[in-house]
Amino acid sequence: MDLLEFARGPALQWAAYILVAGTIWRIVGIVLLEKKPDYSEPRKSGGYPAAIKVIWTRAFTAEPFAKATLYPKMMAYVMHIGLFMVIFLFTPHIVFFEGWTGFDWPGLPNSVIFFLGVATVVSGVALLVRRLTNPVLKLISNFDDYFSWFVTLLPVVTGLLIPVRALFRYEDLLAIHILSVALLLIWLPFGKLGHTFLVFVTRGTTGMVFERRGAKT
Amino acid sequence: MTTVDGRHELDREAERLAYKPPEIRHDKQGDMNSEERINKAMHHFVKNFNTQTASYLDGCLHCGMCADACHYHVRTDDPRYTPIWKIELFKQAYKREVGPFAFFYRLFGFKPKVTIDQLEEWQHLLYDSCTVCGRCSLVCPMGIDIAGMVSMARHGMFKAGLIPHELHETAKKAAETGSPLGVTAEKFEERLEWMADEHEVEIPVDVEQADVLACMSSIEIQKYPESMAATAKILNAAGESWTFRTDGFEATNFGMLSGNTEWQKEATLKLINAAVKIGAKTLVLPECGHAYMAMRWMGANMYGKPLPFKVLHISEYLADALNSGKIKVKKVDTSVAYHDPCQVSRRGGATKAARDVLKHLGVDHREMKYGGDYNWCCGGGGGVVTIKRADELRHRVFKLKMDQVEATEADELLSSCANCRQSFDDSQEHFGWKYKMGSLMEMVAENLEEDNS
Repeated sequence: MDLLEFARGPALQWAAYILVAGTIWRIVGIVLLEKKPDYSEPRKSGGYPAAIKVIWTRAFTAEPFAKATLYPKMMAYVMHIGLFMVIFLFTPHIVFFEGWTGFDWPGLPNSVIFFLGVATVVSGVALLVRRLTNPVLKLISNFDDYFSWFVTLLPVVTGLLIPVRALFRYEDLLAIHILSVALLLIWLPFGKLGHTFLVFVTRGTTGMVFERRGAKT
Repeated sequence: MTTVDGRHELDREAERLAYKPPEIRHDKQGDMNSEERINKAMHHFVKNFNTQTASYLDGCLHCGMCADACHYHVRTDDPRYTPIWKIELFKQAYKREVGPFAFFYRLFGFKPKVTIDQLEEWQHLLYDSCTVCGRCSLVCPMGIDIAGMVSMARHGMFKAGLIPHELHETAKKAAETGSPLGVTAEKFEERLEWMADEHEVEIPVDVEQADVLACMSSIEIQKYPESMAATAKILNAAGESWTFRTDGFEATNFGMLSGNTEWQKEATLKLINAAVKIGAKTLVLPECGHAYMAMRWMGANMYGKPLPFKVLHISEYLADALNSGKIKVKKVDTSVAYHDPCQVSRRGGATKAARDVLKHLGVDHREMKYGGDYNWCCGGGGGVVTIKRADELRHRVFKLKMDQVEATEADELLSSCANCRQSFDDSQEHFGWKYKMGSLMEMVAENLEEDNS
């Protein structure tokens, strides 16, 4: 078994198992804790519609905070949107997903994907520089923040390097790219990257609790 | 124009980085050793970990945006005042003791045990520099309610005997005498009689059956006694069957502010039991922000079942009474800036009530820039106004409030919270500021139409 076969085969497969098991473990670990009933008389109905509302609305910054948070918010948007489009709209990725799911969809031209990949890396670097220099972020950051940054951008960087075949064979570059994806999948459920799924829980919870009070969400 | 009285340096133009935090006292209660304090804190931190708090503590991205919403950080640039940092120990305890990967955190020592030095340091962050105003909760991209968790973290701090001295003494006095200012039932009755004579208003006390139970905060009873007369005038004018009760008159809840849930429950049940005893259909809470949070949103949970009566903040009662025509008011020719108490508006959901009242009063209501739900806190909420060592910092953050109010150029400043009023009065005196905080309810009482028909 060469490196590419290992990456495409057992590495990716086990990474997927760990991703699923870790995600379930983390969600179950939170959900199984005590749930406190709320006996106060609600002002509004709250419930799941409120959860869905806040999952959507909290993606945008309220006007009073817009100026102060403009730069990190913009960088975060570019990074998230860039990542999403590179992962799901790059034709070779779509072919890969089709092999797993049987579905396919139209992709973007390679040149656009390359641009998005570069934009993702640039915004990621900008966020890292901010984390390393802003006094608040320097204080509150820990290993998870830096390692999560590393494993998120690594697949983008290794993906961008695949067309550059000066030093390595295509197969080796592709194998490294897939292994970096496996690393991302393995780490995702355990650290802050868990916000991929926890964002629905935290925003949804706040939506339900505060909408019920008729308070600002 | 404002005039500075010269007793205190105004210091409103100083570089923010020039700010030096005062030397911090680490107050202690009880004679536990360090290990016992740590264990108590951990035990009572852990007791608060439920599905809601766990998702919040697990969900933080360390983006730091909450710092931009916090008056303490905005006015000092001190990163320790970043709201999420204030609950770092609470988070640490969660990840080490309860979280889904707690086993690994402990096994590999990723999250060390909280130390006594940390707990002592965090006393300043959890009490002196957080008013639980909840502004940070609105900026968080994950929607984490950081303020709610500061309140919960205080439970562990209280049990560990690590809270600021003055707040502890105030809460203890409230538990022992029923009032944070030591107002006994006899004293309350005396003050009511005085106000009834002074304002020639009938004030029913200890009526056995009534539809409405009214209550007060000790701050009003002692510092703003006209509030008692104003409440009576309004409820009389509305034709309510109502009463004050000497066995349940104190609405403030220093148990909640200090972090002692037993004291919180005792204070809450006292009011609930009094309301149940007289068969009240409505409990009208006074102009007090945290009293609203303690009873309106936490009262039933302390009671263990839904309350058999409605709970209204006085501003909600006034809005209902004015909207339904139960009371009428004369138009007032003035311009007003209204300061929203955080626990009533932003966190309590009653933002509209005060605005309805102002509309009926016909005043020129000048909404502050980013007022209402995004209002800057008075700086004295969450028990902070009682903590003397926090005065310098509290005055410093008050500048945001001064700027917010002054920009409206309104003639008068009103609020509907005696705690905010107290904190404004203190800062007003400190800075020799031109604005004097007034009471929304008192403006209504002073302008009631004699004929309500």
